[in-house]
Amino acid sequence: MRATCWEGAKHVKVEDVPDPKILNEGDAIVRITSTAICGSDLHLFNGFVPTMEHGDILGHEFMGEVVEVGRKVKKVKVGDRVVVPFPIACGACWSCQHDMWSLCENSNPNAWIAEKMMGHSPAGVFGYSHMMGGFAGGQAEYARVPFADVGPLKIPEDLADDKVLFLSDIFPTGYMGAEMCNIKRGDTIAVWGCGPVGQFAIASARLLGAEYIIAIDRFPYRLQMARERAAADVTINYEETNVLEAIKELTGGRGPDACIDAVGLEAHTPGLHGLYDKAKQSMRWESDRISALRQAILSCRNGGTVSVIGVYAGYDDKFPLGSVMNRSLTIKTGQCHVHRYMKPLLEHIQNGDIDPSFVITHKMSLEDAPVGYDIFNQKEDDCLKVVLQA
Amino acid sequence: MGTQSYREVESRELPRSVRLRRTGRTAGNAAVRGAPKHYSETRETEKDPVTQALGWFSIALGAAELFTPGAVARVVGVDEDENRGLLRVYGVRELLAGAAIISRPKPTYWMWNRVLGDCIDLASLYRAMRTPGNNRVKLAVATVAVLGVTALDIACSVGLTSEAKPSTGHDEGSFMLPETVDGTQLLSAVITVNKPVDKVYAFWKDPANYPRFMSSLESVQITGDRTSHWKVKSPIGLSVEWDAEVVNDVPNELIAWESGDGDVTNTGTVRFKEAAGNRGTEIELAMQFKPKAGAVGAKIASLFSAVPRTQLSNDLRRFKQLIEIGEVVKSDATAIPGMHPARPLKYSELEA
Repeated sequence: MRATCWEGAKHVKVEDVPDPKILNEGDAIVRITSTAICGSDLHLFNGFVPTMEHGDILGHEFMGEVVEVGRKVKKVKVGDRVVVPFPIACGACWSCQHDMWSLCENSNPNAWIAEKMMGHSPAGVFGYSHMMGGFAGGQAEYARVPFADVGPLKIPEDLADDKVLFLSDIFPTGYMGAEMCNIKRGDTIAVWGCGPVGQFAIASARLLGAEYIIAIDRFPYRLQMARERAAADVTINYEETNVLEAIKELTGGRGPDACIDAVGLEAHTPGLHGLYDKAKQSMRWESDRISALRQAILSCRNGGTVSVIGVYAGYDDKFPLGSVMNRSLTIKTGQCHVHRYMKPLLEHIQNGDIDPSFVITHKMSLEDAPVGYDIFNQKEDDCLKVVLQA
Repeated sequence: MGTQSYREVESRELPRSVRLRRTGRTAGNAAVRGAPKHYSETRETEKDPVTQALGWFSIALGAAELFTPGAVARVVGVDEDENRGLLRVYGVRELLAGAAIISRPKPTYWMWNRVLGDCIDLASLYRAMRTPGNNRVKLAVATVAVLGVTALDIACSVGLTSEAKPSTGHDEGSFMLPETVDGTQLLSAVITVNKPVDKVYAFWKDPANYPRFMSSLESVQITGDRTSHWKVKSPIGLSVEWDAEVVNDVPNELIAWESGDGDVTNTGTVRFKEAAGNRGTEIELAMQFKPKAGAVGAKIASLFSAVPRTQLSNDLRRFKQLIEIGEVVKSDATAIPGMHPARPLKYSELEA
């Protein structure tokens, strides 16, 4: 089959690789109809996530048709149309049974590597480094899906791929980011990053009853989408104005009730701060550039919540814990427990509350994946979300 | 801080490794006769007499240099008038160091300061030797004297530096990880599984299950009621095997085995405990490998010293997968051993 492979920093290639096979009795093989490039794939693309190897197949947002199932698979059948959640979860361990699917205790065969870096291991993830399991990803023609009865969600025929594909990651991730803010009527929410996850965080904050939503980015086309499609009330371009001051101005000096970081480890900042972070990260003296998170923490009102859904990989510098501690902030974070949100969010889609396809700006063939990575990474051609179809 | 005498008595009952950890304290806290057990006072002086003497020596020399620099210059053999000022400065330095050494309980810094002073003195003497008109014989005598003192200073400074910091003591109630004794490989790992104790115990009761999750085992054959034959995957072409016997078996609590005759003395204990809060069962696996003496024994020893704790934890992780979901989870990168990108394998690779 054809598959998008990581061949070193800033280099992906669509290659011929062997077709996937059933390796465990709970596996299914899915013929992929739609798959997307995620913002977190760009962290891999740019070489910021450790334990990648040349030839790894990328991709963790995908859906398609089941073409083969393992001996123990009961619920999913050949011919079913399914969306696959990006964390791999067994459904039998304590974490899965307590609705914390991205913390599955059994799905990462390389748990020991993750343990060395993070203390304990999270769940395995498709196409996201060896430390996260070494699973082939879904930017390919086919994928092997472990625990087929646990993860994949069956999709009714009348819903197009574009509408449901993002149930695999970015819609639930944005939704969980808003949910962690514990939004009450009248709340003000600020969202850093108007990429696809940021857009869904904004839209979800609205669904959950936020009254006033502030969105922060630097690309006018993204800020425009945040206002016009995702329902942000006001946007701030951080290259034009001082974000901390602007947010104070907009919130009567109090700060937002909750701040969502939908940026992650490659945050940009203008000026000296930004240069400092970039230099340290490129020398590998810190794993993440956390300037968006710093702003989110400093902006948040006293006693408020900072919800972190941007991806961070390692050990960071100049983390303003003093602000968190002295001002009684709550930090909530996590890789999305996608399984928890797929069904309720599918209902929102079916009810017409939201059509997630609004984030798609580019659709191309799987063969053009390298072009997709390039324009998404460079934010060229007003790119926000690339969907690949085989 | 408790009292020292109280601790010494109690520590006799402890294993050697623990006892060792507590000795090596120097000046510290001392029990006071007649006072309650928790009461202690800092002992004023517990320095060795040489250090103390060097402190007094510093004071004497410093006073001489400061107040009678002319006499000192004459003894050393340098020009009186030229060196009076310099000698006074050296005198102040000596007095300071001396005062600190005799008054501080642990004057490590000030002893090293003396060593530095000695070096300066030696450098000054060397310079004086090369200056025409100085008395070389006297200078040589002075140099030998300073060298002697320098040696003493270095010895005392090194002693002070290498002294163990006073231990804060061992608290009987605190948890400590087990320690390796006399070259035996002691490995242990723990895991929690989401299954009741009786199910977990039943699984471990059958040693034939072990090769399903213990990556270093090739096979375990049941040879009797309590005996089994173990065979290890050996990368160096040796066939390593032994007979094991269950020596202790308490249902739902522990199973312990020991190898009799064979290449390796292997003992293992697996303990089961109901995890708090309805979380299933906690399993602790501890294994010891003690190779037989001789060349083959040494080779086997190197084999087992390469078995890191990580491998034992990975074994337990595979056990967890087996008991919770019925099989060992594979990913594209881990389906076969060795480094390999995360992409599907060919059938030929999988079968190999």
